[in-house]
Amino acid sequence: MSSVIESHHDDHHHGPAKGLMRWLLTTNHKDIGTLYLWFSFAMFLIGGAMAMVIRAELFQPGMQIVQPEFYNQMLTLHGLIMVFGAVMPAFVGLANWLIPMMVGAPDMALPRLNNLSFWLLPFAFGILLSSLFMEGGAPNFGWTFYAPLSTTYAPPSVTFFIFSVHIMGASSIMGSINVIVTIMNMRAPGMDLMKMPLFVWSWLITAYLLIAVMPVLAGAVTMMLMDIHFGTSFFNAAGGGDPVLFQHIFWFFGHPEVYIMILPAFGIISHIIETFARKQLFGYESMVWAMLSIAILSFVVWAHHMFTVGMPLAAELFFMWATMLIAVPTGVKVFNWVATMFKGSISFETPMLFAIAFVVLFTIGGFSGLMLSIVPADFQYHDTYFVVAHFHYVLVPGSIFSIMAAVYYWIPKWTGNMYDERMGRLHFWLSFVGVNVTFFPQHWIGLAGMPRRYPDYALQFADWNMVSTAGAFLFGASQILFLFIVLKTVLGGKKATPQVWEGARGLEWSVESPAPYHTFSTPPKVN
Amino acid sequence: MFKKINNLSKSAFTALLMLSLYPSKVLSDWDALNMREGVTQVSRDVFELHMLIFYICVAIGAVVFSVMFYSLFRYTKKRNPNPSTFHESTKLEVAWTIIPFLVLIAMAVPASKTLTEIYDDEEGEINIQVVGYQWKWEYKYLEDDINFFSNLSTDQDEIYNLVPKGENYLLEVDEPLIIPVDTRVRFLITANDVIHSWWVPDFAIKQDAIPGFINTAWTRAEETGIYRGNCTELCGKNHGFMPVVVKVVEKDEYNEWVLAKKEEAIKLAELTEKEWSLGELTERGEGVYQKNCVACHQMNGEGLPPIFPALAGSDIVMFDKDRNVEILMEGVQGAAMQSFANQLSEVDMAAVITYTRQAWGNAENGDGVYVVPSDIVEYKKPKI
Repeated sequence: MSSVIESHHDDHHHGPAKGLMRWLLTTNHKDIGTLYLWFSFAMFLIGGAMAMVIRAELFQPGMQIVQPEFYNQMLTLHGLIMVFGAVMPAFVGLANWLIPMMVGAPDMALPRLNNLSFWLLPFAFGILLSSLFMEGGAPNFGWTFYAPLSTTYAPPSVTFFIFSVHIMGASSIMGSINVIVTIMNMRAPGMDLMKMPLFVWSWLITAYLLIAVMPVLAGAVTMMLMDIHFGTSFFNAAGGGDPVLFQHIFWFFGHPEVYIMILPAFGIISHIIETFARKQLFGYESMVWAMLSIAILSFVVWAHHMFTVGMPLAAELFFMWATMLIAVPTGVKVFNWVATMFKGSISFETPMLFAIAFVVLFTIGGFSGLMLSIVPADFQYHDTYFVVAHFHYVLVPGSIFSIMAAVYYWIPKWTGNMYDERMGRLHFWLSFVGVNVTFFPQHWIGLAGMPRRYPDYALQFADWNMVSTAGAFLFGASQILFLFIVLKTVLGGKKATPQVWEGARGLEWSVESPAPYHTFSTPPKVN
Repeated sequence: MFKKINNLSKSAFTALLMLSLYPSKVLSDWDALNMREGVTQVSRDVFELHMLIFYICVAIGAVVFSVMFYSLFRYTKKRNPNPSTFHESTKLEVAWTIIPFLVLIAMAVPASKTLTEIYDDEEGEINIQVVGYQWKWEYKYLEDDINFFSNLSTDQDEIYNLVPKGENYLLEVDEPLIIPVDTRVRFLITANDVIHSWWVPDFAIKQDAIPGFINTAWTRAEETGIYRGNCTELCGKNHGFMPVVVKVVEKDEYNEWVLAKKEEAIKLAELTEKEWSLGELTERGEGVYQKNCVACHQMNGEGLPPIFPALAGSDIVMFDKDRNVEILMEGVQGAAMQSFANQLSEVDMAAVITYTRQAWGNAENGDGVYVVPSDIVEYKKPKI
């Protein structure tokens, strides 16, 4: 092994090895970032295809395309794949590409660990997807896998699901350690914490959240495993256990997880708005403090997912107030983005379009979140399509739009080519229309009383489900266009300058486009 | 080509506008798209709270988005080539932290008040235990010793699009919960297998039904009528097919119903005493099977292995009568099969076992032994 490394030593300053081995054995942060991004895009398409199955079945009342068992498998896998396979790895991919370049480091601090944390993922999701072909079918208990539906009453494939979640968790923890070590130790001289780009800050906070909660998730699935195979009764009431305990543990992981999927988006959007408004971010420090407060609050609001489990009044009041409080730092972020645009000199390239849509639609998702925090009203909203609309508004035009914005924003730096601006804008408008047509009517059908996770529904919801399905197929199809645009940019296009965007700030714009295989072998100086 | 695409994106935008206008014509009844006000004081309080928070959100959104869209139109690169350089303002930061905080307090006060009202757990004039099962509800009237199951009554053919769907498609049951108007009714909610959730939108009640726990909720319905709701916690395959239907009636009507229910119980006891022929049992058993068993074991008895085993050709169903009765009475530990001891009368229990031992060629291939109601009565006697 060491001789292989020796013989390649000379290549290091010229570029990567050739062929498949480059990708299997790579320890280069840019290669690993690319792997993560392609992997997450593949998962986005697979999870998206499952969403299409769900929406196709809901196109009309009655069962047409799939059976209820399979429908439940689809909604479970769709959730798991989108959360753990699409959104999270995409952000890790962006972290890999950008953090070393943004802090002026030559690579991630722990390159081999980095390779391992990526290559665990295909196995984790291979196992998860293989459960579709097992006897009894894939997990069918929702991505929140509440016990005892996921233990005593689960299909046999639940054991593979548990193993797969363990592997994903290990991958995330290793990735987070890498991010923290890199940021803490490898910043260029002069780059104080309060001078770090906001994307780096957002990932530093995210990484700590991941390290705090991933072991909790691992604990939850291990307790399930014990209940299923080793005769314990953690979650089995008949054996003296407590099914609600599962929900407390799950959401103690799950709520910070929600912020894990949005904090890096805050970082990305701040950079993009600053660039295309050609004006410094209005309040850098308050943005950092807002993210920190959101992260800390995320540990004390978990039970707002469980208002209907029958908690005592005092607990309901506490979790309601704590949840409402999150609106304050979130508001600070939105106000700051708007104040940055105010009196700027704004242009509307594709990344900026996605960023503007993010601000508007994420805020709408925030409003419905605030409504959901009001316990008496939540008794009516809980587990209806209103909730589905809410979290898709923060995750699709929130997290996923921020990832798309990031791809358009940094792809000239990654490939050295400009993407096709007109096609990018077309992709934006199709996605924007698709997302709203899909999810906005879901607010209404939720309020009118359609529960979530239903394969079939009463007749009064028929019209809007049809509209929603049409929107979903539009959104789904426009992502094929996205794939095409990215491939076209990778293969060629107008050459990008090192600066790429007139108003862009940050160290990554000081290196050539495409960024050389090794950057900042000697640290830059930061003023 | 490029111009075309640009036009396309414009027409896409117009399409969105059109879409948002289209429904107001088709669905003129916008109330159908909002939360229901319901028929109790609590449900009206909840509705008002919902509208209050909604309007506050709309107002905040209007302010924030108008500043933003103003900036987007006024400060484009063309109209404002030289951006300002201002940034940081402690005053502004403090203002947009404090003001939202005050708005939140204004929301929290009425919300906390309504919640406290809902959390009044005084006993009801009538107390009903609600038990969730995969996939039906059981209602036990604690004072009157009445209990029955409430199953979806929508025809499978409607679900599979073989016949037109009825008006209350998926929101109808064979026997609804019946409560009197203007009476405090308290619900004690629990479950037998997995977690379910009992939701009646018009009462603003949604409480999880959790095995091993009893949650409480209460209502005082002010109008007679039929109120429909759903199970709102994913509980397996037929989660979407276990509606809640509550019929609120005048007090007199309620009392009559209670008496009728009690008489029915006496008649059922008489049926148990009766001598049953194989034909009668099989016929009755088929109906019981369709109501209680098909969801898992399927009409053809093939089940959905490995979770829901086949009954057709099963060794237990063909050869082992005692174990057959035991499974129906006790359920199967660690599997989806629940105990039906409290769900089926002795007659129905004997009938359904007999049916499964006769159907699908089980009688021809097996021992053909059948079960009569007295066997079940015998089984239920305490064993010494």
